[in-house]
Amino acid sequence: MSDDFKVYKCVICGFEYNEAAGIPTEGIPAGTRWDDVPDEWLCPECQVGKSDFEMLLQ
Amino acid sequence: MHPITIIGTGLAGYTVAREFRKLDKDSPLRLITADDGHFYSKPMLSNAFSQNKTPENLVAIPVTKMREQLNAEILTNAQVTQFTPLTIQDKQLEYSKLVLALGADPIHLSLAGDGAADVLSVNDLNDYAKFRNALANAKKVVIMGAGLIGCEFANDLQQAGFEVTIIDLAPHPLGRLVPKIIGQTLQQALQDLGITFHFDTTVTNIAKGYKLTLSDGNILEADVVLSAIGLFPRTKLATNIMINRGIVVNRYLQTNVENIYSLGDCAEVEGLVLPFVMPLMNAAKALAKTLAGEPTQVNYPAMPVVVKTPACPLVISPPALGVKGEWQIEGEGRNLKALFLSPKLAGFALTGTCVAEKMALAKDLPALLV
Repeated sequence: MSDDFKVYKCVICGFEYNEAAGIPTEGIPAGTRWDDVPDEWLCPECQVGKSDFEMLLQ
Repeated sequence: MHPITIIGTGLAGYTVAREFRKLDKDSPLRLITADDGHFYSKPMLSNAFSQNKTPENLVAIPVTKMREQLNAEILTNAQVTQFTPLTIQDKQLEYSKLVLALGADPIHLSLAGDGAADVLSVNDLNDYAKFRNALANAKKVVIMGAGLIGCEFANDLQQAGFEVTIIDLAPHPLGRLVPKIIGQTLQQALQDLGITFHFDTTVTNIAKGYKLTLSDGNILEADVVLSAIGLFPRTKLATNIMINRGIVVNRYLQTNVENIYSLGDCAEVEGLVLPFVMPLMNAAKALAKTLAGEPTQVNYPAMPVVVKTPACPLVISPPALGVKGEWQIEGEGRNLKALFLSPKLAGFALTGTCVAEKMALAKDLPALLV
């Protein structure tokens, strides 16, 4: 697994989006970059948009 | 024009403000809080310790920035003493519309013993700071309550190296929210981490030191005692406003008093008090529209809750109160799918790899408010 995949975290609820894992059950394949996640995508746990996510420093 | 005024800068208050500003950039907006008004993620409080988060780390946006972002006046460390008329420290404030986003208080058991007053609960960032200080020299932590929050804290603290014990009156974790086998699966996973459980019992006395006496005769030692047995809506100041369990509002989040609204953990929407993120987000979006001049009813779809217990991934969507039916269990080992059939799907609980089915199943659940 490439180690330059990043993790983004919802500042509202703490949900983490991991680029390496994607969310296949929501139609976002593993390896999908954050920039390529559709703009209308909502946090699965609290329904806020992409703008409320920030990159986690690993 | 008098400002739209929001009391409370938790997730509910700030989300209404944010959503309102998307619709109306200029109308005067005022928020009032009893604390320092920094924006932080409350759901993260229950798993922040093992990640070594300080209270400062948890502040996502400081209050000075919130003022800019929201183009709002934010009064901090301000104690509201009355809602009608709105009064802070003997000063009366005018508003065009008032939003009560007051939150809820942790429920405390009344316990005997000279250590009872030291029981902690973590319901906001200040509580978390106190809790973190208390843990600094601690080894043994006893948690009262094996509900969602109790189990999340237990998982997090055991992972961080503490010896954690949980006590609950129910026979298994998550009580009535899940069928027994799901509760036991979670229990087994947490026990494998080293957590100890005492069920069907309660704490009766806490002596300094601390020594806890349980109703079944067991005696436990602890350095820190955390209570996580539930929340009760903050309604004390709502004297002229209709209250049941929470502040009673209709589908427009409107109380019985003109121009006063309520949402979040303090509100009871059509009989439902749901202290979770999703209901609050739905309510905030609807209320923002109403405040901006387009009266909008709140809808509650089915809103599954993700339980943050990494030892046993878990998603629950308990059936509504009073719905009759039966749990049907599928799957094996730690990967279980429990469906509540009435006879149609009315709730579920998923563990392990089965949590992947959350979205698909949620679509089949009936909405709570349509």
